[in-house]
Amino acid sequence: MSNADNERVGRGMNIVVLLRPVPDPVEELELNGDGSDLDRDYLGYVLNEFDDHALEEALLVKEETGGTVTVLGLGTADEMDQVLHTALAKGADSAVKLGDDLGHLSVSAQTELFVAALSDRTYDLVVTGVQAADDLDGQVAVRVAARLGLPQVSVVVGVAAGDGTVRVTKEFWGGITAQYDIDTPAVLGIQAARQAPRYVAVSLIRQAQQSGGLTEEDRDAPEDSSGVRIISVRIPDAGGGAEMIPGDESSAADRIVEIIRGAGVGS
Amino acid sequence: MTRPSNPKVEPERVREIEQVVIEGMDISGHWNRMFEQRVIFDYDVTQLDRVTELDGGESMGWCYQCAQCIAVCPVDHVGSYGPRKIYRNLQVGMDLFTDADLWLCTTCGNCLRVCPKEVDMLQIMPAVRKEAVLVGNVPSELQDVFEKTARYGNPLGMNAKRRAAWTRDLDVDVPLISEMNRKVDVLWWVSDYPSYHPRGIDASRALARVLHHLGVDFAILGAEERHDGDSMLRAGESGLFEMLAEQNIETLNRYEFDVLLTTDPHAYNAFLHEYPQRGGSYNAVHYTQFLAERLDELGLSEKVDLNITFHDPCYLGRHNGEYEAPRQLINALPGAQFTEMWRVKENGYCCGGGGGGMWLDGLAAENQSMRLSEKRVREAVETGADTLCVVCPYEVSRFEDAVKSTNNDGNLQVLDIAELLAHALGL
Amino acid sequence: MSGIFVAGEHLQGEVTETTFELLAIARGLAATSGWQVTAGLVGAGVSGMAAGLGGADRILTVDDPGWEIFNPEGQSAVFASLVAESGATVVLVPYTSTGMDISSYLAESLGIPLVSFCTSVRTEGGLTATCRLHAGKIEADVAVDGDRAIFAILSGSASADGGRSGGAAVVEEIPNPIDPGSLRTKALGLALPEGGDVDITSEEVLVVVGRGIESADNIGEAQALADAMGGSVAASRPIIDQGWLPKSRQVGKSGLTVKPRIYLSLGVSGAPEHLEGMKDAETIIAINSDPQAPIFSVAHYGWVGDLFDLLPELVDRLAGD
Repeated sequence: MSNADNERVGRGMNIVVLLRPVPDPVEELELNGDGSDLDRDYLGYVLNEFDDHALEEALLVKEETGGTVTVLGLGTADEMDQVLHTALAKGADSAVKLGDDLGHLSVSAQTELFVAALSDRTYDLVVTGVQAADDLDGQVAVRVAARLGLPQVSVVVGVAAGDGTVRVTKEFWGGITAQYDIDTPAVLGIQAARQAPRYVAVSLIRQAQQSGGLTEEDRDAPEDSSGVRIISVRIPDAGGGAEMIPGDESSAADRIVEIIRGAGVGS
Repeated sequence: MTRPSNPKVEPERVREIEQVVIEGMDISGHWNRMFEQRVIFDYDVTQLDRVTELDGGESMGWCYQCAQCIAVCPVDHVGSYGPRKIYRNLQVGMDLFTDADLWLCTTCGNCLRVCPKEVDMLQIMPAVRKEAVLVGNVPSELQDVFEKTARYGNPLGMNAKRRAAWTRDLDVDVPLISEMNRKVDVLWWVSDYPSYHPRGIDASRALARVLHHLGVDFAILGAEERHDGDSMLRAGESGLFEMLAEQNIETLNRYEFDVLLTTDPHAYNAFLHEYPQRGGSYNAVHYTQFLAERLDELGLSEKVDLNITFHDPCYLGRHNGEYEAPRQLINALPGAQFTEMWRVKENGYCCGGGGGGMWLDGLAAENQSMRLSEKRVREAVETGADTLCVVCPYEVSRFEDAVKSTNNDGNLQVLDIAELLAHALGL
Repeated sequence: MSGIFVAGEHLQGEVTETTFELLAIARGLAATSGWQVTAGLVGAGVSGMAAGLGGADRILTVDDPGWEIFNPEGQSAVFASLVAESGATVVLVPYTSTGMDISSYLAESLGIPLVSFCTSVRTEGGLTATCRLHAGKIEADVAVDGDRAIFAILSGSASADGGRSGGAAVVEEIPNPIDPGSLRTKALGLALPEGGDVDITSEEVLVVVGRGIESADNIGEAQALADAMGGSVAASRPIIDQGWLPKSRQVGKSGLTVKPRIYLSLGVSGAPEHLEGMKDAETIIAINSDPQAPIFSVAHYGWVGDLFDLLPELVDRLAGD
């Protein structure tokens, strides 16, 4: 992915980044009383890490070729406010929270909200994370693009802005990638930014909070049109077939070395 | 070292006055030979100025290269470091804001103790780090810890709601102050590692038993407690510190208690020196001080058949002047032998955990011949002691790792004073 | 109308194993429902591959030089047209890089429900599926409203062999319905990974690091263990995304599939995408501090604890020889 492509042509791109919160993967997920869903009462949420990469990539493109970065965040978790302030502190030009206290939304419902917000706006590029861990009914990037009649590419690992086009790198598997030129406006599902999401000092986030750059748009949670219903959830047996080695690191190491030597290695 | 027989001296720079009398003294001839003065302005002081211009960075400019600090800098013992060297590097153009040297200082304070010019690394390094953090120039291991602390209220990234999980299945009651609805004598500020780290939990449980034995009226905050922030401040994340201090002070001010009992000297330091000017004034006491005052009530009866040496934590000792309380406790252990290491008390050798060092071992490994904790463990083993006693929660994991990595497994065990006292009480 | 459609996937002239896994699932559904299985293959020069899709009854091919490189915009539209042509009511798409572009597009353009992260699908008593969400930590049983649905299926959900035969395998060439030149997306070229580094697919021993390794600086410790065992270090996606190791070391769906004699993981949680790339390793030893880590479900041996405590113990015992 050559950044010379960025320097070639390029008037600034106006980029909209779509952000969604997901249950914090660090938490032990608990089920609700009747096993029909996660217990969401005390669930902590974090920004979907792929969306974090989308934001990073958008900021990198802005740094290279100018333009603006607008962030739209779903008001489906309290943590979204902090996420949006962090985006502003990192360099986003504006941050908008769509709705408030919306609860868990299907991807179809998320798409409806995003599409409604995008219809009020002009943009060259819409970027979001390629997927989220609880995307039961598809991906936001592809659905948003389809509804807006825009071209999209998902699993993107590099973006270079051109003049009325973007050049992107899509990752397949085994390290194989392909490059595409897409006419803008377009939608991209980002797998990874060119660098890890940047650090922003807490004092800058607090400054963003205090200067109150966040806009809130009043939106209702759409009806769920996904056509997909969760009947029951369960936590799969971890350690299913694994022989769990007991004891501290010393006895574990003894046992593991035994296993390794038994397999004919490390002798 | 022999002097070169023909030192490179430019003759035109030598001035010799044939006849001169000053204040009645005749110093004619070769006595008054003087070379041209070499002034500091020969150096481009841009980089030095960038540091001394910062609020807190001024004292860097006072260094006159006497190198007293190098003799006592713990990092220099295993690398090349110290205020004098930083000053010299700045003189010759090092950008401290982006150099690894910015992150190796553990803020142990030994340099300040011996510096005749009071060059204060405890002010300088946090000031420079703060600027580096603002532009995102943070080592990735530390960045990760900043993010975890901001999100979960503890640097380990553990679920905040489980901060009091260590009290479950304990044979003594550790109440939450939020459930007591009354004033308590002692609010015990447990801190992160003693709440979440397995070895910290061992010490917490031991201390809980000891407090119970003493009949102390105490409670903890549990999930309401967040990281005290002192180490974050020293590591340059002042915004994170302010946020944590604000939250903690708001929580503490909701409750009534006489004593704020701390396990962690870093928290103790914050409560003494940083919280009061932010609206949080408490009667903070370190648990060694609290217990030493109650030695005659303790009734230590069981023999502790160990040869114990003691590590002075920088933030209890050098920073806050407490060297005796832990020693009183160790000396009170029946049957125990106490052997001092050679670098103790004011000259104590840092374990490497302060100033963010707890989370910069990767960087330390690249820049030092060994970790400070490994150096210290070797010193402990040299005394012939079988037990290294600690009173700061950052230390137990650092020293236990170091025992293993220096191949001293079986030669030295690391125990908190609370564990030793509990043992001596038969608890 | 009813029927099963399998969106075939290929790269570099070969149909992927995942396609055969989907055909296996389709054959299973065909057995209970009596429905026909149609497979679709879109690309340049696909006729040779088409005949090999033994698990399908009908194979619809769209062959055009413009489809030589997978084009998200073009090929999703072509598949939409093929699905309509087939009259299928159940569409199976792989949950892979290409499948992502296609499945959600089909859902929108055909206006039918889509279920992602599936490991199994059922048609009896209505359309239902079992899915793995939250990086494999949660398993959900899901039902679809109506009698049509798209299922995006995780690789490794069935045995590929079940999809290589059992169908009539009649190949039909369909005229290309979409002009590649009319698209707003132009494929420029395919790039293969840089060689020269270790080929982890041919290593006997792999020490695989995940998020639990915490920082790039700690990878050296894992390397020490790999050296002691005569193997190499590999990693899960997050490590590669951070840039701590090159792409050639990535194990998993978007990386490489490995089958070493020993696979020892340190701090890898075991998201489905990763498991896909290593579940057939001969001896899998997993180290993680989280007892619920999904990696334990495929591992042969597991230890719950701090990998930084264990590493020196292992290196000590193995390097000492």
